[in-house]
Amino acid sequence: MESVIFKERADQIHRKGEQPFALTCDRESLAGAVSQRACVFCGSRVVLYPIADALHLVHGPIGCAAYTWDIRGALSSGPELHRLSFSTDLRERDVIFGGEEKLKKALYELIERYRPKAAFVYSTCIVGIIGDDLEAVSKGVAAETGIPVLPVQSEGFKGNKRAGYEAACKALSRLVGTGDTTGISPFSVNILGDFNLAGEIWIIRRYFERMGVQVVANITGDGRVDDIRRAHGAALNLVQCSGSTMELARIMKEKYGIPFHRVSYFGLEDMSEALYSVARFFKDDGIMRKTRELVRDELSVLMPELEKYRKDLEGRRAAIYVGGVFKAFSLVKAFRLLGMKVVMVGTQSGTRSDYEELERITDDGTIIVDDSNPLELSSFLMEKDVDIFVGGVKERPIAYKLGVAFCDHNHERKVALEGFEGMLNFVREVHSSVMSPVWRFAPRRNP
Amino acid sequence: MNRELEHATSTTNACKLCKPMGACLAFRGIEGAVPFLHGSQGCATYMRRYIISHFNEPMDIASSSLGEKHAIYGGGPNFRLGVKNVTEKYRPSLIGVATTCLTETIGDDVAGFVGEIRKKAGRVDGGPSIVHVLTPSYGGTHMEGFHAAVRATVEQLAEGGERGDRINMLPGFVSPADIRYLKEVLADFGAEATILPDLSDTLDGPALREYRKLPAGGTSIREIRSMGGSRATIEFGRTLEAHRTAGAFLAERFQVPNHRIGLPVGIRETDRFFAVIEDLSGRPTPERHAAERGRLVDSLVDGHKYIFGLRAVVYGEEDLVAGIVSSLAEFGVRPVLCASGGESGLLAGAVHALTEGLVDEPPIVRQGADFFDIGEEAEDLSPDIIIGHSKGYHLARRLGIPLLRVGFPIHDRIGGQRIVHLGYRGAQWLFDSLVNTVIAGRQASSPVGYGYY
Repeated sequence: MESVIFKERADQIHRKGEQPFALTCDRESLAGAVSQRACVFCGSRVVLYPIADALHLVHGPIGCAAYTWDIRGALSSGPELHRLSFSTDLRERDVIFGGEEKLKKALYELIERYRPKAAFVYSTCIVGIIGDDLEAVSKGVAAETGIPVLPVQSEGFKGNKRAGYEAACKALSRLVGTGDTTGISPFSVNILGDFNLAGEIWIIRRYFERMGVQVVANITGDGRVDDIRRAHGAALNLVQCSGSTMELARIMKEKYGIPFHRVSYFGLEDMSEALYSVARFFKDDGIMRKTRELVRDELSVLMPELEKYRKDLEGRRAAIYVGGVFKAFSLVKAFRLLGMKVVMVGTQSGTRSDYEELERITDDGTIIVDDSNPLELSSFLMEKDVDIFVGGVKERPIAYKLGVAFCDHNHERKVALEGFEGMLNFVREVHSSVMSPVWRFAPRRNP
Repeated sequence: MNRELEHATSTTNACKLCKPMGACLAFRGIEGAVPFLHGSQGCATYMRRYIISHFNEPMDIASSSLGEKHAIYGGGPNFRLGVKNVTEKYRPSLIGVATTCLTETIGDDVAGFVGEIRKKAGRVDGGPSIVHVLTPSYGGTHMEGFHAAVRATVEQLAEGGERGDRINMLPGFVSPADIRYLKEVLADFGAEATILPDLSDTLDGPALREYRKLPAGGTSIREIRSMGGSRATIEFGRTLEAHRTAGAFLAERFQVPNHRIGLPVGIRETDRFFAVIEDLSGRPTPERHAAERGRLVDSLVDGHKYIFGLRAVVYGEEDLVAGIVSSLAEFGVRPVLCASGGESGLLAGAVHALTEGLVDEPPIVRQGADFFDIGEEAEDLSPDIIIGHSKGYHLARRLGIPLLRVGFPIHDRIGGQRIVHLGYRGAQWLFDSLVNTVIAGRQASSPVGYGYY
């Protein structure tokens, strides 16, 4: 069979143990390769989307807004303005004569209609080309309406999703530092890079509450503009999903001297370590004691439950393809805890050091891949005789078509996968797909 | 009731999708085709995700993945590289190129690029056919994109020739199950037909042992080429731009008579469709279809009381809205609001033609509507049921009334690709679903819990 791998992409695929580690990444997607990546706009949109009391106006043609309407399972405990989709819906005449007037009118109209706490204005491909001055429009509307109006420089073609994360962080950094920080505990953190999918940030907040640590701002899951404005009052930033919010953590470190920790709330090891790292940071015996108790209590409930599933899953082969690498790290560890083998792991936008870490924690023979595509992924699934594939919507039909079990681990998910209880949900998700009798009827297992 | 709706400057919760999306869907129905977007990577990925969530099928859309320097210096080199790469790895028989707002705005000459590639390929080996269509997102909805892609395909591939016996069938954007139904009808009439596009297998395929780079099925290029020699075209759609359709082109260029009729949804529109095939095939409607119609009418009688006077809001693609509204009027349901994000200017006329004589009060028709408009207006109309794709779910939830899901996208139920909307069969499904939705609602709200209805 002829190879499905483009020669231009050969160095973006590594087989551990077969060659010394070398993997090229952080490269523009190859034209015609059907990358699973999205665009700059997508990166900005996913980061800012969960801020529930802000207006999110997409300045562009209708597609960009239509395809991101209520797309994430990012829950809010209060307002739900983020779940609506707003667009300036640019038409031909706007492209010819410029869209600034339309944008201005749309902003006034929507701010009047919804009274948001702030407005984010997303730039899209054509706005970058026709040259609308978002900065000027935003400034004018902000002065007139009295709410922050923040342009997000997210023209789709200006890089990949990571550039969009940065643009989002830059917009956020303009909010941070504008609120009152009185009353914030010295034992306080901001949660960065958690989007409250299926209520996950609530699980994490409860842990911190039990430890005696105050959470100042959720950035951005169940996020509120006023919380973000006073986020600079927190003692520590916890950065999950480092690709998406690291830029903000860096800016806040530089500007306000707030240190940050990289954490992950997926899987038992990483979840425990996240809590311990906070306890260690505050050097407070009470917090450390409570953290130990918390972890012990949670594990004592969880471990016997996990054991029930382990016997069915042990020895099975898993493949992972996710957007960001922090999730991949945690998944590799989580599968190991279940006695499963990770035979392929890839991400859309890992960096060199991310992939080095992946190579360190995976077994020989594992395929590590950057910016993959359906042809490669399907061939890896077959080659490695994978039992379960973890990915998002675009990966799902590849697995299902071939009779491979699947676990949704994307931002649309409805089941909380973070925290200790999230690990149990994750195992149940994996189990419910792997153990289904349907695979017996699929051609792959039914010759 | 017909007060003027003041349309907002912005669009809130759109009731339409973008133009290149429609083109990609149309190209997917051509055998061995890879849809290819000339633009930034995100467009392809977003559309794939959106389409996959409905069909639960692989949907590869290639992209020229333009970056910043291409936006400045032109996307030609990446376009050529993308076409080369798709050709090499997918070995497609056709690449369906749709432009995006980015490439239209920077002024890339895609026709020129394609011409160059064709010229070069002509000297070496065949290579894939390339069809291109201009689909800037700001230039219309996904339906304009869909029809433009079908037209472009025919314009760029169809040839004349001796007049044969085949019929061209241009169904528009209907479900894979709808296409399977059309094939059955045409086969039962003994009519040889070229259905373009044919999504019946490409977006609803079986489980596989080996991954197929390109899904099986779709209209073959050979068939498309011979469309200029067909004896007639049947084209569905009352809201199409009359002179810009594929059917109009085939009539103008190759003198293939074009029978443009409404989407055969409901009894009368289906009767018109069957009349056209009877006429073309010279055969009466085959017994099984006459029987299907007979059972449908019988069931309407059985169930009419449950839904008489029910007030319905219908939204979605214009032609589907027209068809559904026509069916509702036949069933005794009152369509109170018909809305679409589309702006053909023809929806109101179609709706009025199809409801006249069956409803006391003509329904309100809104074109260019979004879900904010639909919601505002629906609240005043106290509807009992909403009929449309799954993006109306939030509205149905807010109003506390059921949503009957039809069309595309259906992202919150399984099996959207298996819904038959067309023909007597589709009308039967719609009627049964409506009646059962009403009965289920009555049961749920009844303190008694009757077991007979």
